[in-house]
Amino acid sequence: MSMMKVFQIAGSALTAQSVRLNTTASNLANADSVAGPDGQPYRAKEVVFQATQMGDGYSQGVKVNGVVESAAPLRMNYDPSNPAADANGFVAMPNVDVVEEMTNMISASRNYQNNVEVMNTAKTLMQKTLTIGQG
Amino acid sequence: MNRLDDALRFQQTALNLRAKRQELLASNIANADTPNYKARDIDFASTLGRALQGQTQPLQMATTSAAHIGGTATGADPNVMYRTETQSSLDGNTVDMDVERANFTENATQYEANVTFINNLFKTMGQAVSGQ
Repeated sequence: MSMMKVFQIAGSALTAQSVRLNTTASNLANADSVAGPDGQPYRAKEVVFQATQMGDGYSQGVKVNGVVESAAPLRMNYDPSNPAADANGFVAMPNVDVVEEMTNMISASRNYQNNVEVMNTAKTLMQKTLTIGQG
Repeated sequence: MNRLDDALRFQQTALNLRAKRQELLASNIANADTPNYKARDIDFASTLGRALQGQTQPLQMATTSAAHIGGTATGADPNVMYRTETQSSLDGNTVDMDVERANFTENATQYEANVTFINNLFKTMGQAVSGQ
């Protein structure tokens, strides 16, 4: 039943978008984390999406190809009294762009909702299909 | 049996095609944030026409000289086409969510209409068989 594939496609998008939402959450939570577990300032993480073939040529789902660290330079804060400050009195802060994270969050949540809608429609259509010949 | 088959074939082919298109549109919506993803769709009328005539062979390579080697495209369905984008985006993605959602809803409604037609067809056939 080919309508079943819609569930797989939308499901893959839900997974991908929730990974993105997770990444955004950790980025926002760590926007001010001077030192991470490795002693280095936290670096913003970004997910990379990739279209992936599902069965025949018609359906393409999404998969998370990887989570990469942002290459943006660290934010340098002048704070000589901070124990993490360097010789010039600058503290390296995470390169998290809060505005970018917020837009990412909105985009991820809207897309998640869209795909839930797609699933609901597919479900309605399948239920209709199952009633063929019953009326 | 052949008569019943013939009567149902149009609706059955159309329903299958609607399901396929639903899949395509779901792929477009799912990949709304995938860089370089190109939105795809089919021309329903012409694809249905071809499917009814049984012409669903893969794309043939044109040979304009006797020395050319013929061949057929594998995998890709020749009916699936890329959508023309109205507003380009920086990451090379051509999914326009308004267009996709509109098409998705339209296709779902058409699918439901198709199911209704099939049900009515069955009712008509049942009446014919029972002779009332």
